[in-house]
Amino acid sequence: MLENYLPIVVFIFLGLAFGAGPVLIGYLLGPSKPDPEKNSQFECGFPAFDDSRMYFNVRYYLVAILFILFDLEVAFVFPWAVVQSQLGWFGFIGMTIFLSLLVVGFIFEWKKGALEWE
Amino acid sequence: MGFWNAITNFITQTIPWFDGILASIIIILIKAFALIIPLMLMVAYFTYAERKVIGYMQLRLGPNRVGPKGWLQPIADAVKLMFKEIIFPTKADVYLYLLAPVLAIAPAIAVWAVIPLDADLYIANLDVSLLYILAVGSIGVYGIILAGWASNSKYPLLGALRSASLLVSYEIVIGFALVTVVMIAGSVNLNAIVEAQKGSILHWYWIPLFPMMIIFFISALVETNRAPFDVVEGESEIVGGTHVEYSGMTFAVFFLAEYANMILMAILAVIMFFGGWHSPFEGVPYIGEFFSWVPGLVWVLAKATFFMFAYLWVRATFPRFRYDQIMRLSWKVFLPFTIAWIFVVALMTQLKIGPWF
Repeated sequence: MLENYLPIVVFIFLGLAFGAGPVLIGYLLGPSKPDPEKNSQFECGFPAFDDSRMYFNVRYYLVAILFILFDLEVAFVFPWAVVQSQLGWFGFIGMTIFLSLLVVGFIFEWKKGALEWE
Repeated sequence: MGFWNAITNFITQTIPWFDGILASIIIILIKAFALIIPLMLMVAYFTYAERKVIGYMQLRLGPNRVGPKGWLQPIADAVKLMFKEIIFPTKADVYLYLLAPVLAIAPAIAVWAVIPLDADLYIANLDVSLLYILAVGSIGVYGIILAGWASNSKYPLLGALRSASLLVSYEIVIGFALVTVVMIAGSVNLNAIVEAQKGSILHWYWIPLFPMMIIFFISALVETNRAPFDVVEGESEIVGGTHVEYSGMTFAVFFLAEYANMILMAILAVIMFFGGWHSPFEGVPYIGEFFSWVPGLVWVLAKATFFMFAYLWVRATFPRFRYDQIMRLSWKVFLPFTIAWIFVVALMTQLKIGPWF
């Protein structure tokens, strides 16, 4: 069984190589003429007048938190989904309770306005 | 494993001392290159197809100068990008800046290890291949976030923020949509999922799971930053998003990753909803037998090409969505709908009224 995972390891290293290789080739073949104007950050031709790591909307953070909740939910649902046809009504009712709890939370956050982007 | 076994046997017979773990790694490497090099060519010609197809849809000719009918255009582009300077912005965090494209493409290539292209044409047959795809595929978002953060510039940061929240929102939707497939197929192994769709075109999951198929297709467009959901790049708003500070090959690697992901999503849609390597004429009297000699790989690629064409078609047809509309679509429309559909599928399985028995 474990030999099935050897290709995975090889592929992950190959993926890294396919990322690093072209960058290295480009670095070796391309010219390198640094220039303070060229290397400054792009801001539509103006000199940057503010730190680029600026404040951003808190909603992005909210989305990240909601993502953790729901992605965990997906992770919990997958094992049940594989065997749900064999579990019968017991599994169905168990999953109904689990999903209902999350749906209640989902309705709560919806009513609280966490999903609004105005 | 006919084709692969032939390669393995050929190597072990010609070189008798060839044995052990090193031998298996070399054999895997040969198989991997046999997969990745055509994939890279496919990516190159997909960019050509995109320009050509959209060109004709807008009554233009598209690239037609380099080579006959412009066939050498992607090669010329690649060579040009190779000889371009890689710019290191002064304020950028150099290590993270270089790590970002590598992290973008590594998962895009690593997931191909478990994709079955035919009944016996795969590199690894994991029991949990679907979970592996979801897990490794979501690492790709790090590449974009790191690119935005490490560039230390405003537009890339905005693009990275948008991209991160879009990708995670639609990842949940894709997860739930694929849960329904797993519920019916009873396995998270891609080969088993395709085998479960055996029979005829009516046994493929696109009929019982039609709404999920639509949701999967739309979410795949978002996950790969395609129009009309390409607010991450959004040329007219944030000039190019995370790619603004990247040039030359560092940019090309992001580009490769994006197109490799598009092809992957097309093939995943085929595996999940369109019967993978099964012929569409299967089970049809006479015609089914007439087409039985066609290898499964051809069917997979033909179906995937349809989806890839659909990506281009959608891009040429629809204007860009507004960001808040995309977020609303994911959280307020797709998410409740997919959760409800899980209940529907579960109930139908328990009551034994599903069309898939």
